[in-house]
Amino acid sequence: MALIGRALLLMCLGAAVYGIGASVYGARRGRREWTISGRRAVYALAAMATLAFAILEDAFYRNDFSFNVVAGSSSTTTPTFYKLAAAWSTQQGSLLLWVFLLSLWSSLILFLVRNRAREITAYATAVLLGFMGFFTALAVFWANPFATSATPPAEGAGLDPLLVHPSMMIHPPMLYSGYTLLTIPFAFAIGALVTGRLGAEWIALTRRFALAAWLFLGIGILLGARWSYTELGWGGYWAWDPVENAALMPWLCITAFIHSIMIQEKRGMLKVWNVSLVLGAGFLSILGTFLVRSGILDSIHAFGASTLGVPFVILLAVMATAAIGLILWRREQLRSEARLDSLLSREAVFLLQNMVLVAMVFVIFWITFFPLISQALTGTKVSVGPPAFKPFVVPLALILVLLSGIGPIIAWRRVTVANLRRNFTLPVLGGLAVLIWLLLVPGGPSSRPFALILFALAGFVLVSVFQELWRGTAARRAMTHDIVPVAFVGLIRRNRRRYGGYIVHAGLAVLLIGVAASSSFQHSQDVFLAPGQKASVDGYTIRYVRPTESISPEKIAMGAVLNVTKGGKHVTTVTTTRNFYPSQNPTDGLVGRFFDTTDSDSEVGLHSNLRRDIWAVIDVDPTHLAPLINQANSLFAAFAPQVMTKAAKLPPAQAQQAVNTLWTERDLAVSEIARRFVTHPWASEFLLIVDPMVIWLWLGALIIAGGGLIALWPVPSLARRRAATAASAPSPARQPAPSPRVRVREPV
Amino acid sequence: MSGALEYLVILAVLSAAVVFVTWPLRIAAVGRRPGERSELDERSSLDELEAAREAKYRELRDAELDHLTGKLSDDDYEALDHSLRGEAIEILHGLDRELAREREDDSATIDPA
Repeated sequence: MALIGRALLLMCLGAAVYGIGASVYGARRGRREWTISGRRAVYALAAMATLAFAILEDAFYRNDFSFNVVAGSSSTTTPTFYKLAAAWSTQQGSLLLWVFLLSLWSSLILFLVRNRAREITAYATAVLLGFMGFFTALAVFWANPFATSATPPAEGAGLDPLLVHPSMMIHPPMLYSGYTLLTIPFAFAIGALVTGRLGAEWIALTRRFALAAWLFLGIGILLGARWSYTELGWGGYWAWDPVENAALMPWLCITAFIHSIMIQEKRGMLKVWNVSLVLGAGFLSILGTFLVRSGILDSIHAFGASTLGVPFVILLAVMATAAIGLILWRREQLRSEARLDSLLSREAVFLLQNMVLVAMVFVIFWITFFPLISQALTGTKVSVGPPAFKPFVVPLALILVLLSGIGPIIAWRRVTVANLRRNFTLPVLGGLAVLIWLLLVPGGPSSRPFALILFALAGFVLVSVFQELWRGTAARRAMTHDIVPVAFVGLIRRNRRRYGGYIVHAGLAVLLIGVAASSSFQHSQDVFLAPGQKASVDGYTIRYVRPTESISPEKIAMGAVLNVTKGGKHVTTVTTTRNFYPSQNPTDGLVGRFFDTTDSDSEVGLHSNLRRDIWAVIDVDPTHLAPLINQANSLFAAFAPQVMTKAAKLPPAQAQQAVNTLWTERDLAVSEIARRFVTHPWASEFLLIVDPMVIWLWLGALIIAGGGLIALWPVPSLARRRAATAASAPSPARQPAPSPRVRVREPV
Repeated sequence: MSGALEYLVILAVLSAAVVFVTWPLRIAAVGRRPGERSELDERSSLDELEAAREAKYRELRDAELDHLTGKLSDDDYEALDHSLRGEAIEILHGLDRELAREREDDSATIDPA
């Protein structure tokens, strides 16, 4: 099967090269059959990449250790669920995943727009195939997932324990879907620049894909944050790690784009800005992949480190040069068709919001890459760390929250004082009420001004969104006489883009409440506790009740049961464990390899509710077991060769039995040593955290995802019209004869 | 899977891909009339106008919703709606002209033989 996989990759590369040539030739010569052939090359590439990916997954499923990637990142004891996810934990598999996802998304958009914007689409096809060709070439020449070994090992090395987490099944495909989807608006923007067709057309074609990229990337980022919070054992969800930032930057960029394209659609303004944003987002998506895969910056994602730097730098240089060159070439056609009517308009708010988002991207980019910049300038790599981000990002985030509340309640083009009063009174009162209430609460957040302002602004946003939903529902009720729930659902169904967006704003407010509360009012303690001892954190008493221990073929888990009380009343019981995975390091010894701390990880004990999280993690130090481990190592080091020598002289069945007996004895020894943690417990280090309102972050994320899905879903009337157009083709341009009277059906 | 069978599978996939991808070229080679023009440039103008029309319709709907939810006063809405409808009519006239031009081109390229 590996041979077929390698051949499929070569065929993918061939299809990409052919498709680029056919699309460009067809577009330049006006030969439609060639552009169709180029589009079909994308479909063929998608089919072959799917087949190749299925072969790789099948190899993981079958434990085919002749595949180097399977031997290196899976084992017979890896649960099936994680075997399938192990494919993208490797450099090679993730490159194939990139090609697979990009080919699927590209096929989808090219199929949907097959009869529209043919000239732009032809160049966009060539660009998309260029990306697919690049990643396929990396997979073929640098990191082939189908490389095999002539002498496969009997057992694989297993999956990195840090990746054994449910979100790892979804987090990387989500991020990669986001990254690959971002290349679609990038490709169509290039197509629009090359052809000079820079109106609303290319935006209409790709808007939904930009929104999908925003949604997938956002979900991927939040799943990563959740993984960090529950798996990494440091007590936080966002560390300003380069790889986290690499995903955040294009997400911020595409957030700005999703807003500013509305201005271009409505007013023909901001064409340079929009093209720059989408090209920037595409560039940052490749930069993000580069950061994950190159390891040029120190990151918690060190499992992705490799030597793919040079080809990525070349690709990024080509992208940047082409983008800047094309924008300069088309600068005349990119001039705005209109000017801002008023600084008090939704256009102005969107513009300001865009500037804030781009400022955030610059700040994050600068600080993330500062170690490389400092190294280039001074020869010394200077890391500035998370505190460097906050002074810049926090004020910008506050402005962003304010604008996300103003946007929904301000009109396009112009507003009057009367309208301002009518729309702003309630939300401003809501924000002020929150502010005054928090200032009056004894022990409230008045000592943390940023958090206080954010809570007040979030109140403003939530009231403004609620007011918009209520007024929209009332307007629809006035027309249809439906009951409130029916009118509400009808309003959202008919204005998905608008109200989906408003729901996202509400979700952002809820999410940032969680971020502000949990980062400003966290209480933590790092303590050593023996069973029976207790510590106090933010008024909670946390008692180490008893140690726990369990052994399975994959790991040894040593942990603790903790009892949490407040004012003498039981609050919750949490369990946290430290997991030790067998190492492949021969110097650890036959017994010591089971207590190696190199790959050990934590399972967090977590109690969560709307008010606070109680979070605990144990760090067991196995050096207390060192004398016993060393003794057992010496014993088995002497005993094992004797058994092996003896077994070599026996018939196979008896030899196997002798070896099995040896391993059973070894397992018994390991088990007895591990049990010492329960029978003779010693003090362990605990990180105990009481963190308010963390769950609001995850709830806000769910609301954002829900709003995003609503905005992404096709509008029913448009879907019907599209279907009717397709059915009555000869040409989709042939709409019913236009009437001088413009009628818009059922506007609300 | 044996080596020979693997090579057969590879050959089959390669053949299928080549036939699928080059099919439009074969069809065009058989069906193309001498001097026939491409549809690429004609469609592009129509596509642009259609996109502009959809955007204008959306803008009209948004203005009406803004009015109904109190973000636009009656006077402002009336003025805005009037100007948007004027812009929409211009786009529709443009579409009319493009469609008429396309129809003329279609009739001109009909081979009398």
